[in-house]
Amino acid sequence: MNLESIVHICLAGLSTGMFIWLVASGLTLIFGVLGVLNFAHGSFYMLGAYCCFSALSLMGENFWLGLIIGPLIVCAVGFIVERFFLRYVYHLELPYQLLLTFAFVLLFDDLVKIVWGAGSLGSPTVPGLSGSVPILGRNFPTYNLFIIIIGPIVALGLWGLIEKTWWGRIIRAASSDREMASAIGVKVPSLFTAVFVFGTWLGAMGGGLAVPYVGLLTPGMGEAIIIEAFVVAVIGGLGSLKGAFLGALIIGLLSSFGTRYIPTFDMFLTFILMAVILLWRPQGFFGEAS
Amino acid sequence: MQAKWNLLLLGLFIAILILIGLLAGRFTVYLTSRVMILSIFALGYNLLLGRTGLLSFGHAAFYAAGAYGLGLFSLHVNPHPLAGIAVGVAFACLLALVIGFFCVRHTEIYFAMLTLAFGMMVFSLIWNLRDITGGDDGLVGIPRAPISLGIFSIPINKPQYFYFLIVAFLMLSIVLIHRIRHSPFGLVLSGIRENDKRVEFAGVSLKNYRLGAFIISGTFAGLAGALGTLLERNANPFGAHWSHSAEPVLVSLIGGIQTFSGPIVGSAIFIILREIIERFTQNWMLWFAIILLLIIMGFRGGVVGGLSSLSAKLFSHRRTVDGLPKKNEHRK
Repeated sequence: MNLESIVHICLAGLSTGMFIWLVASGLTLIFGVLGVLNFAHGSFYMLGAYCCFSALSLMGENFWLGLIIGPLIVCAVGFIVERFFLRYVYHLELPYQLLLTFAFVLLFDDLVKIVWGAGSLGSPTVPGLSGSVPILGRNFPTYNLFIIIIGPIVALGLWGLIEKTWWGRIIRAASSDREMASAIGVKVPSLFTAVFVFGTWLGAMGGGLAVPYVGLLTPGMGEAIIIEAFVVAVIGGLGSLKGAFLGALIIGLLSSFGTRYIPTFDMFLTFILMAVILLWRPQGFFGEAS
Repeated sequence: MQAKWNLLLLGLFIAILILIGLLAGRFTVYLTSRVMILSIFALGYNLLLGRTGLLSFGHAAFYAAGAYGLGLFSLHVNPHPLAGIAVGVAFACLLALVIGFFCVRHTEIYFAMLTLAFGMMVFSLIWNLRDITGGDDGLVGIPRAPISLGIFSIPINKPQYFYFLIVAFLMLSIVLIHRIRHSPFGLVLSGIRENDKRVEFAGVSLKNYRLGAFIISGTFAGLAGALGTLLERNANPFGAHWSHSAEPVLVSLIGGIQTFSGPIVGSAIFIILREIIERFTQNWMLWFAIILLLIIMGFRGGVVGGLSSLSAKLFSHRRTVDGLPKKNEHRK
């Protein structure tokens, strides 16, 4: 084992981690404010990937234009899900909330098959980011480096939005006490819709950015990522964005070192970490004990 | 009155099952076998979900424990089906004890996530330990040896005979779960679901009761897994995947979570509807999702819950027609 391989495993882990973070951020935001663990978030990620793919084909193979238009279409879907379905189950028991979002997973999986076909689609190349750069004598994909940079930018943006803006203050107020927030004049239902749509947009952006990263688009791609996003969200403490960012880094590095050195127990390790955190510190790294 | 009706319905149910076994074709027998196995899975699961309100995403692990317990035992030790089923069920029970011990420390979303984590641990072991479990191929060529009982033996190799073995296990499960639900243990469970604080103040250990329900439901999942493996003659690693845990939840929801027969009715609807829809379209999941959305948005009692509240309405209507004063209804 030498320095170069360790650096490259770390880089691979970082890009995997930042990639999961892009998806987990929306999931965590929605859970933190609405209190709903959204199974369909993986579907929004999948829809984002497919919509970006179609949008960029229509826009003359312009990746960036596709990345702007694709997620907006998914936001409309997210709006419908929250406004006409999810809103009516907030007061119900947990199984109904989870199963409602699960129903949308099934629905969107088949919708994608109907619209785009059941086979997988090849990914487009991104102008300027498709090659690789030499790092310590080995090549590393430029696009993965781009993802490593994008992740912290998204994290900083979210932190600024939540902690420093007027909107963030209202979101924090509504998430810590729904009734009090509505008593002081916050329109909580509209705020919930807005947060859900914003979370959807984050998931769809993750999907759009995934198009060149994962290479292939398949109808089941949302279900694989949602479990990883759950793991990350749980490890960081459900609802904590800071925790989810750290959790994504840990899971990314763990899985890249795991696949390298103990491929048999790589997946096992991830879930045992999840269970240990849930048992030992269910509030996550940054949460306070209740 | 209600008890008589239930007995009559149960008799009718058994009669239909026997008639299918004697008269129906191969495909119907196979389909009904699958309905019954899913019913056992869901009946056990609903003891946890319906009675204690805990939503588990890890029960597929116990299904797989039953499946692989039976598969490994009959491939390597002894092909006797009853011994294999016993081993599978015992294995599932033990696994449920270990996993449940940790999981019942939480409720609600944290319980769901813990069961998901433990369930996926089991899945990853089955997926990666190729030498023992066959990895993604699963265990194939599991024999359906005759059940030898001393002087005579039953050749369950024939689908009809195996069908009646499943009927027997379904009846056993129904009786056992009915007894459990109406035992003091089962009544405490309902109490926990209604108001866990009050039950705790009454001096009941919530954890132990939740663990009990968890183990029982895991054991029935193991029985379903063992029977399913005998039916298909192979054990599939995706039997342990979290998405398979959703199946008993969905069928319980279709039939009605708060009813006893809900999981059975839901299983029948789930499997038969799927067969019908798949004849017309590739997109079975789309239609299923729409049905699910309808149930969650509007008919949360499920099919059985809806029907029984309908019949209750009819009965009470008749009573007022008979001239009985309304307040008597609550006094009896």
